[in-house]
Amino acid sequence: MGSPPAAPHHLSEEVRGDVTFVRTDPNLPPVAIIDRSPINRRHRLLFGAIAVLGAVAWAMIAFLRGETVNAVWFVLAAICTYVIGFRFYARLIEMKIVRPRDDHATPAEIYENGTDYMPTDRRVLFGHHFAAIAGAGPLVGPVLAIQMGYLPGTIWIILGAVLAGCVQDYLVLAISTRRRGRSLGQMARDELGPVGGTAAIVGVLVIMMILLAVLGLVVVNALAESPWGVFSIAMTIPIAIFMGVYLRYLRPGRVSEVSLIGVALLLLAVVAGGWVGHTDWGVQWFTLSKVTLSWCLIIYGLAASVLPVWLLLAPRDYLSTFMKIGTIALLAVGILLARPVMAAPAVSQFAGTGAGPVFAGSLFPFLFITIACGALSGFHSLIASGTTPKLLEKESQMRLIGYGGMMTESFVAIMALITASILNPHLYFVMNAPAAATGGTAETAAAYVNALGLSGQPITPAEINDAATSVGEQSIVSRTGGAPTLAFGMAQVLSVFGGSGLKAFWYHFAIMFEALFILTTIDAGTRVARFMLSDGLSNLGGPLRRLHDPSWKVGAWVCSIIVVAAWGSILLMGVTDPLGGINTLFPLFGIANQLLAAIALTVVTVVVIKMGLLKWAWIPGIPLLWDLVVTLTASWQKIFSGDPKLGYWTQHFQFRDARDAGKTSFGAAKNPEQLSDVIRNTFIQGTLSILFATVVLIVVASAVVMTIRSMRGRGRPLAVEPPVPSRIFGPSRLLATPVEKEVQKQWDMLGESSVRSVGTSAH
Amino acid sequence: MGHAGRIVRQIRWYVGSLMGDNHYQRYLTHRRRDHPGEPVLSEAQYWRMRHRQTETNPGARCC
Repeated sequence: MGSPPAAPHHLSEEVRGDVTFVRTDPNLPPVAIIDRSPINRRHRLLFGAIAVLGAVAWAMIAFLRGETVNAVWFVLAAICTYVIGFRFYARLIEMKIVRPRDDHATPAEIYENGTDYMPTDRRVLFGHHFAAIAGAGPLVGPVLAIQMGYLPGTIWIILGAVLAGCVQDYLVLAISTRRRGRSLGQMARDELGPVGGTAAIVGVLVIMMILLAVLGLVVVNALAESPWGVFSIAMTIPIAIFMGVYLRYLRPGRVSEVSLIGVALLLLAVVAGGWVGHTDWGVQWFTLSKVTLSWCLIIYGLAASVLPVWLLLAPRDYLSTFMKIGTIALLAVGILLARPVMAAPAVSQFAGTGAGPVFAGSLFPFLFITIACGALSGFHSLIASGTTPKLLEKESQMRLIGYGGMMTESFVAIMALITASILNPHLYFVMNAPAAATGGTAETAAAYVNALGLSGQPITPAEINDAATSVGEQSIVSRTGGAPTLAFGMAQVLSVFGGSGLKAFWYHFAIMFEALFILTTIDAGTRVARFMLSDGLSNLGGPLRRLHDPSWKVGAWVCSIIVVAAWGSILLMGVTDPLGGINTLFPLFGIANQLLAAIALTVVTVVVIKMGLLKWAWIPGIPLLWDLVVTLTASWQKIFSGDPKLGYWTQHFQFRDARDAGKTSFGAAKNPEQLSDVIRNTFIQGTLSILFATVVLIVVASAVVMTIRSMRGRGRPLAVEPPVPSRIFGPSRLLATPVEKEVQKQWDMLGESSVRSVGTSAH
Repeated sequence: MGHAGRIVRQIRWYVGSLMGDNHYQRYLTHRRRDHPGEPVLSEAQYWRMRHRQTETNPGARCC
């Protein structure tokens, strides 16, 4: 990578009314436009109308009860809130903290190399960024959170995104862009010092392990005992390999073409799964237990980590991107066409008691832990630092990419919430309560759910069996993890396309789509974690230094095996957990993700204070404080709660006492093996809870030390890189303004010889 | 060209840029502009280089 061109900075400004044009080279058109036009009457009326519509929609959601609340109100409330948040709050953050300078070159422009550093059209980068941040998290979390009713989840997803999640993504993107695209871990070390930085890197690695394990658990729960599902997911591997070979040897670079072929094959695999799942040999081959599936996943993760990228990882990623954007758009259209009404209560009885079967704990803090990704996701900070700055064209586009990208993800979460809320609540609990509670058969499940005291008609075993048959499954009892529930709801929504005869197809299509997301996260995540691990170990020095060379095969294998063993063992622990893996592990997943957000927001807040913007530090400070209160309360309860349903250690000691007293069964454990399973699992979960909380406390403590030092004027200096003048132009907003279009035309007239960004020719 | 034609062209451009169809063209433009006269990779070689790069520096995917 070359050193930045040291061109002299001839900044010239031309003022025309409210608009200032900035040039860095007198021979080039302006590179930046500073538009200070006041908001006009038309816009004022427009935003006023949007605000009123949003308020009406919120009132409908909050005050209407029963089977009258239409899903369209949720969509309206969400979109209106996003528009207002983006136009006013994100703009405030832009003006007061980010202060984008379009006359400064972004890392993409400085290091442009035609491959990974490349100024990319903002609309294309928006798609890239969205595809990278959106995964199964925002789809699964809201489904589980329906246990508490739809209202708390809706409020948290929408307001949490606008005030916390989008703020985190936007500000992490901004500080990383000013630091030549450095990663979160590197920035933590630069800004917080070696102790905080090391804690942050260790935290990121451990947190990734639990994320991968829980995502794996979601897939395993969705596919276990489902020959149709297993067949269609298994087919994605040969399809991906075919695509990889096609791209490498037959037609290099024809990515959309091969992705379309891949998607067609994928649809065929879903249809074929229906036939295969009904043959004797299909049932025999593809009915796999949870343990077998977990081992398949572990072997797959290891293979994906050491096989060449072109063969498996890259083509899967293409498929996943296509499916992600396509299916989410399809679901949005489906919801608007079907306009379903809510079946779930606004606030359920479990919100207060904390005794819900899906996950333990009361609304505060566990709702905010369960819906992690849709409202505030720490994982995004890994994308917003590192990957996206290398493609960013202009600093002023960060609001659209960072803030806007997260808004879109939050909208995905709202759609998942709608999809799960339209299901009959009895059916919802049949699918989501752990097998230890439902007993695993339609009869026992019906008896269990009817005794929960839910409103509405009780469910009969026949209705449960009919529901399973309607989606082509043997049983839907205790299909925990959220994915099957979402698929069931999606099948109901998407039946507007093609009638109820296609319900089974849509169900398996949805399962395949979620599994594809998750497998893409697992294979990429395993690889990323492998590199983090070998990087971290090589810094220890000695013979380990050799790990720094990524082409060293032995090192790659050893690190891959360590990573896979770490998440694989947690996954196996989850699938065999007598208490139900999702029930015990999902809170740990949420806590891990939210603690990663705490690390990111800590780094951001410290940077904002070091920039001398103490007055505006509340913007990242409030979400940070909220996040810390939520996660540390949750960690505290998980570690110290005396309620065995909630506290890992209380559970651990109860089961241990039972074993020591010579009992062979206790609670959900029906035999001595299960008893010792519970004792071991709760020990590991309890230890992880302590580890996570400790790491975050170290990061926060070092941040406090840094902040105090910096306020006394003795802190580390800000690690920003000196600016380089920009020589390209790009509009800031999604739709270019007339002034921006005019400047763009001047650039287009220069032709290819000038510096210009990619793909702007199709205006 | 008609309105419909323009929309189709825009969609093709968008999908192509997002998925990577025109990344090689991008690379050629970049080489012509910033390194004129220097040799360029063929399309197959370019993609091999890209994949080698992802191999050592994988991009994360979210949950």
